[in-house]
Order: sequence, then C-alpha cells, then structure tokens
Amino acid sequence: MSGRRDAGGRDTTLAVVRGLGWFSVGLGLAELLAPHAFTRNFGLRGHERLIESYGARELAAGIGILASRDPTPWLWGRVAGDALDLGTLATGLAGHNRPRSRIGIALAAVAGVTLLDVLCSRAMGARRQRAKRLARRDYSDRRGMPRPAAQMRGAARDFEVPQDFRIPEPLRPWTNATQTGAPQTDAPQTGAT
Amino acid sequence: MRALVWHGKHDIRCDSVPDPRIEQPRDAIIRVTSCAICGSDLHLYDNVIPGMERGDIMGHETMGVVEEVGPECHGLKRGDRVVIPFTITCGECEQCRRGNFSVCERSNRNKSLADKAFGHTTAGLFGYTHLTGGYPGGQAEYLRVPFADRTHIKVPESLTDEQVLFLSDIFPTGWQAAVQCDIQPEDTVAIWGCGPVGQMAIRSAVLLGARQVIAIDRMPERLSMAQAGGAIPIDFSAESVVERLNELTHGKGPEKCIDAVGMEAHATATLDSIYDAVKQTAMLETDRPHVLREMMYVCRPAGVLSVPGVYGGVLDKIPFGMAMNKGLTIRTGQTHVQRWTDDLLRRIEQGQIDPSFVITHRIGLEEGPGMYKTFRDKQDSCIKVVIRP
Ligand SMILES: NC(=O)c1ccc[n+]([C@@H]2O[C@H](COP(=O)([O-])OP(=O)(O)OC[C@H]3O[C@@H](n4cnc5c(N)ncnc54)[C@H](O)[C@@H]3O)[C@@H](O)[C@H]2O)c1
Ligand SMILES: [Zn+2]
Ligand SMILES: [Zn+2]
Repeated sequence: MSGRRDAGGRDTTLAVVRGLGWFSVGLGLAELLAPHAFTRNFGLRGHERLIESYGARELAAGIGILASRDPTPWLWGRVAGDALDLGTLATGLAGHNRPRSRIGIALAAVAGVTLLDVLCSRAMGARRQRAKRLARRDYSDRRGMPRPAAQMRGAARDFEVPQDFRIPEPLRPWTNATQTGAPQTDAPQTGAT
Repeated sequence: MRALVWHGKHDIRCDSVPDPRIEQPRDAIIRVTSCAICGSDLHLYDNVIPGMERGDIMGHETMGVVEEVGPECHGLKRGDRVVIPFTITCGECEQCRRGNFSVCERSNRNKSLADKAFGHTTAGLFGYTHLTGGYPGGQAEYLRVPFADRTHIKVPESLTDEQVLFLSDIFPTGWQAAVQCDIQPEDTVAIWGCGPVGQMAIRSAVLLGARQVIAIDRMPERLSMAQAGGAIPIDFSAESVVERLNELTHGKGPEKCIDAVGMEAHATATLDSIYDAVKQTAMLETDRPHVLREMMYVCRPAGVLSVPGVYGGVLDKIPFGMAMNKGLTIRTGQTHVQRWTDDLLRRIEQGQIDPSFVITHRIGLEEGPGMYKTFRDKQDSCIKVVIRP
C-alpha cells in the first residue's frame, strides 16, 4: 500500500509534469544537434542559430523541471518559450513558397503543448498554495490572559485614561453619549454611576 | 561582539563589531539577555524608510543586565536587570515632563537633521535610522544606553525575560493604541493588522472594556491568535472589510479604529492599493496608506482613528474631507513607552496578561538574518521572534 501513497490526481499531474520535462530535453537535444531539419521543414532557412538557441532553452527548462524540487517556475518558463515558438513558426507562414500545411500542423502541436504547460503550471501553483496553508499553525490556544476574553473584558477598567488622551464628552460618537450619560441634552440621563 | 548589521535592502548580516563603550556620563552598557525583531524593523529591512547606513546595528526591543554605568548614571548599578524602552528619553525636557517621551527634545543627537525632516525633532531611537540619532540597536550581545538613568525599566527576578521583554515596545504600543481610543463600554473597536502590535491592541481593548473587538488580517494563524484574545476575525482576502464591519455594527460603523499595519499595507485587489503599488515603485509616493483610507471611510462619525502603524513620508489620496466632515479624531505617534510601563508591569505581575503568548520563534543571533526573511514573508506561521544572543 505504501507505494500508492500519492494516489489519485496528484500522481497524474506529477507524471504529466515529468513527461513535459523529458519532452523538453528531447526537443532541445534535437534542435541543438539537427537545426537544419527544423529550418528546412518550416520555411526558416538561414535561422539555424536561432533554432540552436531555442534548443539550449528547451534543454535547460527540461533539466530544471526534472531536477528541481519545485518545477513551477520552470514550467512557466516553458509557457514563455512556447509563445516564442508560436511566434517564430508564424513568421514561417508569412512568406510565399512555404510548406504551409506542415507549419500548420506544427503550430497546432505547439499550441497543444502550450495548453498542457499552462494547465500543469497552474495545477502545481495551486498545490504549492495548498501546502503553504497546511503548514500554517493554529494559535487558538494563545490567549495571553488567565481566563476567556468574555470574563477578562473590562478587567483593566481601573485604569484612568490620562486627561490628554480623553475625548471631550460632547464630541464622542452618539452611542457613547447616550449610554454613558454625560452630556446635557434632551436625552434622559441613564448611567448615574 | 556579534550583532545583526544592516547592509542594504534585504541584506542583514550577523557581523563581528567593536564592543560599545561608555561615551557620555549618563550612559550605561547592558549585556543583552533577550531581544526581539519588530514589525518596524521590517520597514528598514525593506528599505522603505530613508536614513539607514551600511553598518548600522538593528534592534530596539532589548533587555539585559547592567554591565557598566557612567559617572552620572544615578539610580542604576552593575547587575540590575532592565528592559530598555525603544525611545531614548532625557526625562527632563518639557516633553518628557509631560510624559510625551517619544518626542523628547534632547535625546536625538541628529536634531538638526530631524528638525529639517519633521519640522521639529523627535526622540532618539535605538537602531532606527540616522533621522532619529543613528544609535546602534540592541540585536547584539551588548548595547550602549544613552540617558540610561531615565531610559530603563527595572524588572523583578520573579518574572521571566519573555514575560517582560515586550515592555520595551509592542505591549505599551498596543496599549497606547487602545488608550488613544478612550474606550467606552459600548464601543466597537476595529483593529487592522494582527501582527504583534495588533495582538497586544486586541487584548488591551478587551481589558479596557470594549463591548466588541474586531480584528482584520489575512494570515489564518494570526487570525486564530486574534480570536483567542477575544476578537471577531475578518479575513480581508476573503471578504469585504467594509461590508463585514457595517454588518457587525448594525450599519453604523465601528466607533474606534486602530491601524496596526502601517506603511506596508498589503495590496488587496482594490483599485487604490494597485495605484499605491505603482506609485511607490515609481518613487512618487513613499507609503501605501490603504488601511488609513479604509478606516476613514468605515469609521462611525465622531469616532477615533488611532494610528500606531508606522508611516515614513508622503501619503497620497487621503480622503481628508471625509475625515473632516465626519468629525473624526486622529491620534498617532511612536509610543511614550515609560508613560505606561509601571502600570503594565503591575498587570503582568498580577497575572492579568502574559505578553509572552505572542512568541512563535526563539533563535540565536546567527539565525537572525534568515529569520528576518521568514518574519517578513509570514512563513512558518511566524508572528514574533525572540533572540537570545
Ligand atoms: N507606534 C509605535 O511606537 C510602534 C511600535 C511598534 C510597531 N509599530 C508599527 O506597527 C505596525 C505593526 O507592527 P507589527 O510588529 O505587528 O508588524 P507585522 O508586520 O507583523 O504585522 C502587520 C500585519 O498587518 C497585516 N496587514 C497587511 N495589510 C493589511 C490590510 N490591508 N488590512 C489588514 N491587515 C493587513 C499583515 O498581514 C500583518 O499580519 C508596523 O507598522 C510597525 O512599524 C509602531
Ligand atoms: Zn518596534
Ligand atoms: Zn526629554
């Protein structure tokens, strides 16, 4: 049973996140080792260096996701990278004699992965929030007074507020004026203590 | 000796520094047995209050044992156990004689600087910028106390450090916040911020007899501690503060409002707090007065706004017309610590209150730098940190 401790939704999220990590590593290596294959297929000839730099980015994100304790920032890094990819692919569409259908398929694929990235980042973020809340302690035993507040209310009424800290009676909010009964008004005097 | 030293924004280190020595006849040197990190220190940590210099020693909540006294430091001797108020007071000037210790006219050795910044000088403070004297603070193994013959509170051996340490600042601060409200038996007191100052203010308001105390924050552990002290909690990240306060006061608003948050109020998703965040980042405004605005709006006419929360400079978009027309009284200030401490020490001795309830973390000096971050980010359910050097 111990192997299934992380049952349910937790595991699927983690599995997808790791999958994205390996996908990053694979795509990164491919872009680094064979940039020509990409430029040729997507009408981006002459942009080999750009593809190589994208490869380095993918590789770093992949390693980050797989190796770090909290992959969330790396996942958001992937989302930003996806946006770049989409933009670059779209420039491929702009020219005349371009392999449009292939680019279209690639765009759709990247968009799909982007969605997956966003979903995973959000799921991981929410999980972190939850963990933080769980770690919060409960201090409802920290009263600081010997008896419950209801019984301590007014225990320091023996304290005399210094003259310079008093609010003149007639300037007090209306509730106070009537309840403590100081001002000379039409209201009946109540507290004759 | 070792001390927690300010090196810049978010950069506090535990350094080796020269031991303090007697410089003036009324000085004393104390060996620090306990000190604490205060919410006010966070404003320095975040560098939102000007006037700190690299190398300044932090800390203004300190207690210990007298090691050495100057020739004119009467009434204090080696071996005395003392709590040191965060405000340095001469005890002789006009303000001190009135009990307005935090605006002592003689203890700020950078008086001309403060005269320029504030119009008139205020008291010297420990470990709190060169505007208030640039005095080395007490998050250290030893502390030099200027005007020590008047700047101390003697405490009996029968009470522990943790029971009396907060007489240096947060307990009298929470108390003065409540006293400023001149609490009447029918009053509702609403308190923004459930940090250490807010917690002390809650208990003070209860002891002083407020009918209803309401506490506002968003950290669940702080709200749980507020509730333990007798307050009705409002989580400002989950519900509308104004609506809840009106509900709890039959639509009239609380008679007394306490701002125990200050200049670094957290941005809720309201328009004004986003405005503040932008302006503060662009350095067009120094403070984020979201709480002040909310208090002016919701307070019952003829009510009181009590502001122990620290502000640094220029505030923007304060609805002063609202405050004026509603006839609100506004009371503010650094705490006149010694004005209240005799009475509060007696209440601790009698067992009416034990301020140590607020302590959540106990550390040595070396762990100080990391703990500043933990406390600032409200991590690990941190509310109050006590350091034993
Ligand atoms: N007047 C004095 O002499 C004096 C003495 C000590 C401290 N202070 C000041 O009192 C303030 C509080 O000190 P502390 O040690 O309790 O600090 P703290 O940082 O621990 O507490 C501040 C609390 O305010 C809460 N908060 C933030 N935004 C809020 C909002 N919009 N509404 C409600 N609550 C909000 C935070 O979550 C936090 O719990 C600081 O400004 C500090 O400088 C003044
Ligand atoms: Zn303080
Ligand atoms: Zn003075």
